[in-house]
Amino acid sequence: MNPGTDVWVNGRPVRAATGSSVAAALLDAGIGAFRTSVHGEARGPLCGMGICHECRVTINGVPHRRACVELARHDMRVETGVASEEISWRDGAAAEPAEDALEQLEADIAVVGAGPAGIAAAVSAAERGRRVVLLDSAAEPGGQIWRHRRGYPVPSDAGRWLRRLERSGAQIIRGAAVVDARALMTGGFELFAERGGQEEGGALRVSAARVVIATGARELFLPFPGWTLPGVIGVGGAQALLKLGAPFAGKRVVVAGTGPLLLPVAAALARSGARLAVVAEQAERRAVTRFALGLWREPRTLLDAARYRAAFPGTRYVTGTWVVRAGGDDALREVTLTDGRTERTLPCDVLCTAFGLVPSTELARLLGCTTRDGAVISHDGGETSIPGVYCAGELAGVGGAELALAEGELSGLSAAGACHGSDARVRRLEARRAAGRTRAAALAHAFAPRAALRALPTPETIICRCEDVPLGALRPEWTARQAKLYTRAGMGPCQGRVCGAALEFLFGWPPDAVRPPIEPVLASTLCAGGASAPAELATYA
Amino acid sequence: MSGPQHHDAIVIGAGIVGAACAEALARDGLRVLVLERAYAACGTTAAGMGHLVAMDDSPAQLALTAYSARLWTALRGDLPRAVEMEECGTLWVAEDDAQLEAVRAKARVYATAGVRADVLGPGELFAAEPHLRRDLVGALRVPGDGVLYPPAAALHLLDRARALGASVREGSAVTAIGGHSVRCGAEVLRADVIVNAAGAQAPALTPGLPIIPRKGHLVITDRHPGFCRHQIVELGYLASAHVMTNESVAFNVQPRATGQVLIGSSRELAGWDAAINPRIVRRMLERARHFMPRIGTLSALRTWTGFRPATPDKLPLIGPWEPTAGLWIAAGHEGLGITTSLGSAQIIADLVTGREPAVSAAPFAPTRVLATAASEHAPLAAASGSR
Repeated sequence: MNPGTDVWVNGRPVRAATGSSVAAALLDAGIGAFRTSVHGEARGPLCGMGICHECRVTINGVPHRRACVELARHDMRVETGVASEEISWRDGAAAEPAEDALEQLEADIAVVGAGPAGIAAAVSAAERGRRVVLLDSAAEPGGQIWRHRRGYPVPSDAGRWLRRLERSGAQIIRGAAVVDARALMTGGFELFAERGGQEEGGALRVSAARVVIATGARELFLPFPGWTLPGVIGVGGAQALLKLGAPFAGKRVVVAGTGPLLLPVAAALARSGARLAVVAEQAERRAVTRFALGLWREPRTLLDAARYRAAFPGTRYVTGTWVVRAGGDDALREVTLTDGRTERTLPCDVLCTAFGLVPSTELARLLGCTTRDGAVISHDGGETSIPGVYCAGELAGVGGAELALAEGELSGLSAAGACHGSDARVRRLEARRAAGRTRAAALAHAFAPRAALRALPTPETIICRCEDVPLGALRPEWTARQAKLYTRAGMGPCQGRVCGAALEFLFGWPPDAVRPPIEPVLASTLCAGGASAPAELATYA
Repeated sequence: MSGPQHHDAIVIGAGIVGAACAEALARDGLRVLVLERAYAACGTTAAGMGHLVAMDDSPAQLALTAYSARLWTALRGDLPRAVEMEECGTLWVAEDDAQLEAVRAKARVYATAGVRADVLGPGELFAAEPHLRRDLVGALRVPGDGVLYPPAAALHLLDRARALGASVREGSAVTAIGGHSVRCGAEVLRADVIVNAAGAQAPALTPGLPIIPRKGHLVITDRHPGFCRHQIVELGYLASAHVMTNESVAFNVQPRATGQVLIGSSRELAGWDAAINPRIVRRMLERARHFMPRIGTLSALRTWTGFRPATPDKLPLIGPWEPTAGLWIAAGHEGLGITTSLGSAQIIADLVTGREPAVSAAPFAPTRVLATAASEHAPLAAASGSR
């Protein structure tokens, strides 16, 4: 028997496994279309990690809730497929929350993001006696790579860090999405977060002398005809959905994208009972081989890769092959791949596709941190261009968990004022970081999305999924802000997190400036956020 | 003289006012060139709420807004969907009997300008807007008012101007205005008529114009269709707009065609500092919750700021600027530039071609400020002083 909980989906009872997400429960009930887009298309989960807002449903009468980050709870009422035009606030929208409850915390160091980088930063600072507050939007610390269901076993290396985190004395704030940040004229910083999602709507202010930003990365999604069909999901997205209980058993799955992440995800899908049709890597075989040979110093990584590959022995892993289009009426039915010469169409239920990772720099940019090539620039100790603001992990350049841990420790030590170059441990961390950065550069080079991917979308292909803006409405000579003003591209709830990176790839547009709130919040939370605002703020850069 | 460089009129600024001027002048057969320093609709037009409202701070303001509203109504059938024009009407809500009396007086004033308006009692008000606070005593409903999406409206007006032979150059900053000429980069461009429609930036090109940036904040929500159906404004809005204090907020919400709710409004004298001030956002949202308690339960997507081109007497500057030969001003529209763009442009076109404008242009004559400007060393101080 499945120990679990009953949720009501469109008036019908659905059994959800304990700790699973609402998205997983819906997929388990055979529902792939979660919402209706502004132009009436069916949409389902894409990113699986709270970025894209495609999985929005109405929960207990509150519209626009992300099914992939909400955990299923007993007697929860979920409505799908409601056209956004028809969603009515009248159907039992949340009661007015308690009058501006603003919780306040003070810390020496606030760490944002509880993936490997943030955990390592929080642990190293807290172990040196600093008061540390670690904020993360997910229900459990771990970030994307160590994501796990509460009460379920965690990956072994994660377990060690998570136990150390519990013992470190750092205060962990779960389910807190940081939406605004301010540098104070008097020195120090204020972070402002919404707790427990919009249903509870609690507002939290954290004052800290220093801030470590470890907001990680998200997947790069590139548009092609059919990419908005329910059933087309991210590669990391598939992994995230899988970890929170989404079922893939018996499904015909194609994995087509780029980067080392394809292998573990394909392995996890195969182990979960998916019928894996093919794993297609867009990079050329030569580039993949050269990258693998470069890993000779890291036999464990190569061994992992071999082990992942062994998990799907009956499925081909092909290189130099990419997706050109996906087909189906209101759900995915088939996908067409090409190697640049021949196209091949495969029937499939799920297409996992993404083209690497994009650093999540919104919070850092809000505080004025300088970026280069999309990543936050930092000095040796992890300090950014803004004194007192440190960064660690993927937002400083995508390089994987090993690099993120080293950077997290260094930034945590620096923020604690305990990063001394004479220290042997610091020198070891710096060496690990240097090696990680070298590998990250090799990875970015080997798996750079090919130019042919720019030619995939047709004028009709939707680019901005929130506002249903097609490619044909956009002009290459514009800026991101012009596209926003003239066509609404990037104006939706994901705030351009999906189309922004795609447009940078397609047209070379740098992302538009960030403004608070960096994620949608309840208007009452936004209101509470001004309560503590001092008269004098250092201005945003 | 003729040739590729010759234009009858040069319009500086491709915001909604410049776009409307270009369209109106092109309609009169002038060869129009629009010079925009960045790109169309990038300034105040990008930031505004986009209301089309009759407003009665003064008889001249009421005449211009009512006239402009009629021009928008006439244009409505031609507007593309992207302009998102909705004739939602405005409700001016009254909190007590004194305000209700003011509402009745306002109805009479509107009637004199031919603007339809009716007084709603509490019952009718709550039927119209169930989310308003229950103890409001009534409202003035102005059914002809509406909202639109300003950048799309400006683009549409520019398209119409182009169809009439106008050309638009973006990324072309005018650095100086002379008699019948402008300097743009290395070029000096000549035209019989030069229109400074640079909004809050207009004084940079025409020193002496008493226009200062008056900052505003806005918050927009996700799609919550049906939350409100009218533009709703507190009766105190006019006072907030009228008195040039350092900082004021007034309740103003709009239902957008998308189902989103746009929440305003604030007015600040903060120079050109565009940063979001959380304290102002809070004051604005508190004011909104005072009138619509459940507005706090909506999901807020974005906040932004913009700069209204404000004048000391709350009226725009429309007409010739005698100190410079051939120069005309169409600027200083404060928070009413979207509404009054069409009326302003028509007045400019009428005056340029020697027609009598449909509304008296005298109250808007830019030179009305020359006497004050000459007697004050700092026109900005005059503009920001309280009245």
